[in-house]
Amino acid sequence: MEHSQSHDEEGHVVPVSTFTKILIALLCLTVLTVAAAQVDLGKWNIVGALIIASMKASLVILVFMHGKYENKILWIYILLPFVLLAILIGGVFTDDPFRDQLIHFEVEK
Amino acid sequence: MSSNAAIVDHNVPPGEPPHIHHMDSKTAYGAAKLGMWLFLATEVLLFAVMFCSFALMRYYHLEEFHDASHHLYLWAGAFNTAVLLFSSYTAAVAVTKAQLGDNKAVVKNFGISILCGFIFLAVKTFEYSGKAHHGMFPFVWNENFYEYKNFLGIYYCMTGLHALHVIIGMVVMYLYGVRPAMNNRFSGKYYTPVELSALYWHLVDLIWIYLFPLLYLVG
Repeated sequence: MEHSQSHDEEGHVVPVSTFTKILIALLCLTVLTVAAAQVDLGKWNIVGALIIASMKASLVILVFMHGKYENKILWIYILLPFVLLAILIGGVFTDDPFRDQLIHFEVEK
Repeated sequence: MSSNAAIVDHNVPPGEPPHIHHMDSKTAYGAAKLGMWLFLATEVLLFAVMFCSFALMRYYHLEEFHDASHHLYLWAGAFNTAVLLFSSYTAAVAVTKAQLGDNKAVVKNFGISILCGFIFLAVKTFEYSGKAHHGMFPFVWNENFYEYKNFLGIYYCMTGLHALHVIIGMVVMYLYGVRPAMNNRFSGKYYTPVELSALYWHLVDLIWIYLFPLLYLVG
């Protein structure tokens, strides 16, 4: 950012105009996601909705939450919960839907 | 002594960081921010469990989720999304204003965010009462509820927990943003509480960014 300046607390001063642009982008993406949901695309509806939501989330994290100006250690903290969420969903979905396909061993009395 | 003393330390001149004897204010700022992000990570994980249950429930009850999501008020959800995005914007502006030492603007911008929080909760109450009217709300349930029990169960868990976070965020912004700013507490040298409470509010917004399309749009 052109207005970045160093302060005692080493934070970056983001100009209000940048936030305004991001807000407009976020509102446009909201309109887009509502419009996209009116079209029946089958299972692609949820994929599209999640992609748009992730774009919005990225904008919020990068600009509103100053993520763009943070160091690498802080980025580990930002990304870790998403990695853990992926592991959780990945683990559950490779387990639960296949439970009935398990071979059941009869235990002899 | 009132609890005010804990937040507004009158021994520190306005705009100066509080006296922290074991570290300089730059280190204190970095440590506070890292701690806040770690806390936000645990908040994401709290919701992660619910998103995972949502995904699993949707996998097993796809038809029900499709039908049930059409019973939600789409425009109320879309309006609330816009309200939260705007409140997130004013919270972000408040941080910039605090960095520039404009305490009045911090009060104004956080005030707008808190007001947006009230609007969000009012719309949510309207939605819940509409559901209650049709017997699709806990304690007034009838056969309409049982038809969509899986969807409504996860819907009330997720939106209820989110609404709780909205209330907490409003209290945090008032206690650590608005009230100290009224005492001209912040400057380019010291604005940690404004930034951290704004981060919390952005998290509330982030969760809703995912909740809105999942619950209202694709079901």
